[in-house]
Amino acid sequence: MATEIVTNSAARAEVLRRICAAKGGASDEAGVRAAWAGVERGYRRKASLERQAVIELLEDRLRDYDAHVVRVGRGGIAVAVGEMLAKRGKRRMVVPVGIEAELLPAGFEFVVDEGLSASELDGFDGVMTGSTVAIAETGTVVLQNVAGQGKRAATLVPDYHLCVVRVEDVVETVPEAMDRLASTAELPTTFFSGPSATADIEMTRIKGVHGPRFLDVVLTGEL
Amino acid sequence: MSGAVLDPTTSPAFPMAAKAAMGDTQLRKNVRHATEVIQAKRARVVDEMPDWQQLREAGKQIRQHTMENLDFYLEEFERNCTRSGGVVHWARDAAEARQIVTALVKASGSDEVIKIKSMTTEEIHLNDALEAAGIRAYETDLAELIIQLGRDQPSHIVVPALHKNRQQIREIFQREMNLPELGEKPEDLADAARRFLREKFLRVKTGVSGANFLIAETGGVCIVESEGNGRMCLTLPETLITIAGIDKVLPRYQDLEVVLQLLPRSATGERMNPYNSIWTGVRAGDGPQTFHVVLMDNARTEILADEEGRQTLNCIRCGACQNACPVYRQTGGHAYGSVYAGPIGAILTPQLQEMHHAQSLPYASSLCGACYEVCPVKINIPEVLIHLRNKVVKQNGLNAESLAMKTMGMIFRSEARFRAAQRLGRMAEAPLVRKDGQGEGWIGWLPGILGGWTQVRDLQAMPKETFREWWESRGKNGN
Ligand code: SF4
Repeated sequence: MATEIVTNSAARAEVLRRICAAKGGASDEAGVRAAWAGVERGYRRKASLERQAVIELLEDRLRDYDAHVVRVGRGGIAVAVGEMLAKRGKRRMVVPVGIEAELLPAGFEFVVDEGLSASELDGFDGVMTGSTVAIAETGTVVLQNVAGQGKRAATLVPDYHLCVVRVEDVVETVPEAMDRLASTAELPTTFFSGPSATADIEMTRIKGVHGPRFLDVVLTGEL
Repeated sequence: MSGAVLDPTTSPAFPMAAKAAMGDTQLRKNVRHATEVIQAKRARVVDEMPDWQQLREAGKQIRQHTMENLDFYLEEFERNCTRSGGVVHWARDAAEARQIVTALVKASGSDEVIKIKSMTTEEIHLNDALEAAGIRAYETDLAELIIQLGRDQPSHIVVPALHKNRQQIREIFQREMNLPELGEKPEDLADAARRFLREKFLRVKTGVSGANFLIAETGGVCIVESEGNGRMCLTLPETLITIAGIDKVLPRYQDLEVVLQLLPRSATGERMNPYNSIWTGVRAGDGPQTFHVVLMDNARTEILADEEGRQTLNCIRCGACQNACPVYRQTGGHAYGSVYAGPIGAILTPQLQEMHHAQSLPYASSLCGACYEVCPVKINIPEVLIHLRNKVVKQNGLNAESLAMKTMGMIFRSEARFRAAQRLGRMAEAPLVRKDGQGEGWIGWLPGILGGWTQVRDLQAMPKETFREWWESRGKNGN
């Protein structure tokens, strides 16, 4: 490959030249950094609610987006997962490398994704993962490519996603979430807020177009 | 309009196209319904936010700062993207961008691509170029699929097929997917699209996307979407080609906390869109292993060079100004003769296209200020419109009007002055009434060139209240 692709250095130089001409000179690093620090950030960057209220807000917002949510203590996860899978009639689930064994109930088939293809993923009833952070105000859960959460395709191709969210990973606002994600910003990251949806047909919200159509969340931990 | 490419260099001027659109009652009904639903949702989720104005201000400052240092941030993005295994290309104009993308697709060894909705690829008519090179492009966003299969053109930057209702969509799908039995419930239609596209997601090896944001600090790319088709296109293929205007860069990862709050609430009235994806270069075992980014100028630097027009580049393509615009809501998007319609199209298109249609598009506005009020990054669209009109007037050498435009510009630069002038109801009225005798009083806000619009509208109550007040109360009465 790459026979026809020459990195076009003339275009690069020309675009940068035009930019500098347009704004009267090139920017220098120190000046840019100082100017960025001067951006007014008068918006809310911290939580304003009690912890209990934050968790309730998340539950509420997730439900508003058609997710099914259950709340359990640490010891009760596997039981809750078993109940949810049974209710949905799911038997054969894919799970990422590094998922904790004690989260997985007996009586179901859990296959670890060690490089499954998209077509293979398409053959599963669903996927089960942990999560990195959740944002109460927007009803959003964030996944990154780490142990227990896995690669992006695994949470995309199967029609059902069961996600475990720990209460200590729940924040109230978007800025708090971005603070937590900053140190791992370069990992592949997916934010999801409810199952896949579209409103392209007469502005009617339709659940599930290409991503998972069904989302269950197990919210776990004591406050 | 169907089938015709929305190219400002060839499409009819706004007043003529608007006149045709005004005669299409189905289209106007569909557009009105869709924009009303989004507007109501938007208002609800914006009202929830006690810090909305501070977010807008931060959004504006971040975007302004980025444009002032665009060279620095683009180079930083390039460095970091390259370090993470991405390949960065630069394109001076649309032709160069088309050529690079076509060559990259060919090099990927594929003669078909799956595509995420991207106004940038619409802007450069990429699909036609791919087709000419023997490459099939499959649009995967539901709205874009409707448009592609219906051989239509997008009419809104966020909801491109809002001018089609479910019966019209059903007919297209029945015909093009060969599904004579297809039902007409939105669920049936979405399901048909799911089945139609899933096979392509699992098979096609090359993806093409736009970008909502490029993050200079990390070299990451961010895409926000709803359906998961975006995730499919940027996760499953072996090669991913992302094309982005040079205006899409954000300084730091932290800045996402501002735009990810502003964009979904403004665009679709959601607190957050169903999916946001952020990826940085390539990662072994997760997603495409070959990743290209094409950074495209295509006249953006010309806009940057125009101090008064520069704020146009701050746009994050949320479409809120389109939904709020009384003119757009009457005419729909195609009349603008460009993939960017509504108020943002009225300022962006003439500037991107060397002032083609400058004679009409900057006039395709009532200057009511609704677009400015909803813009999440506070782009003063009326001010830029006045500036562009001023340019047109200067070209034509009409000095009295030029003076009036300057006054108008001065008023629009201050929201307080604008409101006060509106209440007085006499603002710059006399000099704005065009000499051709079309339009009077407040109708002078809709210059006579917009004949297709004013002739059909009932403007009788206008002199008693400002256009803005009239429009707002009209919306509330639901008529
Ligand atoms: S101009 Fe403002 S309101 Fe219009 S699309 Fe751009 S960001 Fe949104």
